[in-house]
Amino acid sequence: MNVLVYLIPISIFLGGLGLAAFFWTIRSRQYDDPDGDANRILTGDYDDHPKD
Amino acid sequence: MSEVQISACPACVAAPAAEEAAHARDVQDTRFVLSLPAIYCAACISGVERELTKQPGVRAARVNLTLKRAQIEAEESVSVDNLISALTSAGYEAYELDASAISATETDKKGRAILTRIAVSGFAMMNVMLLSVAVWSGASDVTRDLFHWISAAIALPAIAYAAQPFFVSAWGALRAKRLNMDVPISLAILLAGGMSLFETMESGHHAYFDAALSLTFFLLSGRYLDYRTRSVARSAAEELAALEVPRATLVDGTVVSIKDIAKGDFVRVVPGARVPVDGIVVEGASELDRSLLTGESLPVEAGVDTVVSAGEVNLTGPLVVKVTAAGEDSSLHRMADLVAMAETSRNKYTSLADRAAQFYAPAVHLLALAAFLGWVVATGDIRLALNIAVAVLIITCPCALGLAVPAVTTAASGRLFRAGMLIKSSTAIERLAEVDTVVFDKTGTLTEGRPELSNLSDIPKDMQSVAMALAAGSAHPLSLALFDAARAADVMPAAVTDIREVPGQGVEGQFEGQTVRLGRATWLGADALGQTATYLKVGDAEAVAFTFIDHLREGADEAVAALKKQGKDVVLLSGDGPAAVAELATRIGIDAWDAECLPETKALRVAELTRSGRKVLMVGDGLNDTAALAAAHVSISPASALEATRVVSDMVLLGKSLAPLGEATQVSVSATKRIKENFNIAALYNLVAIPIALAGYATPLAAALAMSASSVTVSLNALRLRGKP
Repeated sequence: MNVLVYLIPISIFLGGLGLAAFFWTIRSRQYDDPDGDANRILTGDYDDHPKD
Repeated sequence: MSEVQISACPACVAAPAAEEAAHARDVQDTRFVLSLPAIYCAACISGVERELTKQPGVRAARVNLTLKRAQIEAEESVSVDNLISALTSAGYEAYELDASAISATETDKKGRAILTRIAVSGFAMMNVMLLSVAVWSGASDVTRDLFHWISAAIALPAIAYAAQPFFVSAWGALRAKRLNMDVPISLAILLAGGMSLFETMESGHHAYFDAALSLTFFLLSGRYLDYRTRSVARSAAEELAALEVPRATLVDGTVVSIKDIAKGDFVRVVPGARVPVDGIVVEGASELDRSLLTGESLPVEAGVDTVVSAGEVNLTGPLVVKVTAAGEDSSLHRMADLVAMAETSRNKYTSLADRAAQFYAPAVHLLALAAFLGWVVATGDIRLALNIAVAVLIITCPCALGLAVPAVTTAASGRLFRAGMLIKSSTAIERLAEVDTVVFDKTGTLTEGRPELSNLSDIPKDMQSVAMALAAGSAHPLSLALFDAARAADVMPAAVTDIREVPGQGVEGQFEGQTVRLGRATWLGADALGQTATYLKVGDAEAVAFTFIDHLREGADEAVAALKKQGKDVVLLSGDGPAAVAELATRIGIDAWDAECLPETKALRVAELTRSGRKVLMVGDGLNDTAALAAAHVSISPASALEATRVVSDMVLLGKSLAPLGEATQVSVSATKRIKENFNIAALYNLVAIPIALAGYATPLAAALAMSASSVTVSLNALRLRGKP
């Protein structure tokens, strides 16, 4: 059972990583226009010049 | 991308342009916001953005497809009308939104705050669930206690942060000595957390940390759906730029705010402008379009001593108006008072969710209390009794109820939004579902308020070309319609010279040595027909009449046919003359109609229908409809309506077409059905789970299962609305 000492902190850390990533997506306004983002990948506008 | 260009790379030759285009996508400082009701695809996004950035002075433009809006950053010199006409000619419908009124950052902040709370509770829920699974599958003694402690360490701070909206709302309700849905929710979350902490300290077998967290998570999701639907609808509907004129030009040329105009001032009104005040014409001759105020489709002659009202549109010549009433006293404001009176009668509607909450909140509390008291009396064990009471609270907690309504309204309003309808009021869908009578306004609603020439083929060819040449010299709506119709029929304008407009009368010119005139019957000495018409007189010959019918709004006949097919009574109430109304009624297939209705008459007719037990849907656009719109059970107005009219409407049609009306009523009926189904599903789960909880057999595992299963079924049931009804 000693393995739990490592596993539990690791699982919580990994979950926290996911949470931090989600916070980042909220901060960078990735949920403002879900329909638009889904459609924008279909246009060729940025094909040879990725949006920075 | 670096700023340095390397010429060895052939693609880089094209890079500066591409880079500029790409930079243009990030809008820093929004100057204009446009509503684009008709966009739906990737090609529309790049089409609109390309069209906008092509305009001189536009620095950046970005389309938001979810909100169907475009944000534009531009130089001071750019006028929004040019942008709109550029988009219109490219095939995209566009309306201006009031950029300053759209508090985008404010609403976004609120939405993001809820999303963050959902994330925190979701993260905590999953971690605690992992630990709980270990406990449920048999971890015992020290291991179980350790797991419970870790769960507590994750769950308690998470709850304290994520469930705040519920606590705040519940506290507010309690302070006002009321019970709302958030009171049992907060109680369940707090009791579950507190009880579980106590059990953990005492090395108990059951802890409900996961239940408290999943409760928070599911309910926050419902909250977020609810919030999103409302904010999208509210922001767009209320902020469509105002059509009302906030300023007026005085005779000496100074522009002043309406507020600063006093009785007795002289105001200049140029052709094409809206009259800003009530008053009397003291100088000039022109024609006035009164359709927004009265529903009359024919322009009215105006000269010295004509009484004009705020909201009318001056068509042909400049006018000077002596102010008799401005601001608060003007006819626009009196109309608003009428609306305020009618509105109070409608605010009494209680939504299905409120009715459920009124019954549900006390029932849950009583049940939990009964469980607690019953077990105390039966066993004398307070800890056991409290555990059972918490289990009852958690299991009955309106998880499915919290999702039942928002999930459905989100799906329904999303579907209506795609069809081009905005829902402003949260109970509008439920009210629309009950409608059995539909009352339409004519001018501007069923018709576009735009005349269409109806007898061009009956008129000799040479007359056509003379009339066309004269019509080109005027901006009067009838002239424009005549010119358009002639051009569509490939008529070439005749060589008419010395064309001049006689304000309020018509257009005059010289053709082959004769005076030719196009205008009013009285001006030409002709007999006026009983319908909208303009007359052409060549020399001393008999005048020829060009007759017009009101152009039908796109989708109007479809909408009427669809509503009739659904078994609803359709009524037409118009302020226009009987001939025009009768003609339209037969054209579109409406049997019940009434002409020459005053605003008060319209509201009265709607009230009469309501008294006789009808649920009336009113569709109108004019100021003369506002009172009727407010008096109706539910109301819809097109986006082209005056702001005051849109404000009293529950729904706004974003596009030009009326066709979505038929679909809207259908969707609303199935949405209400889904809401009721969802309540039944939630009740069914409770019917099974409550006896188990009361008997003391509910474990945290059972609670978690019941809660998740009911929430998921309810959401899936709501999603069925996205497809065909």
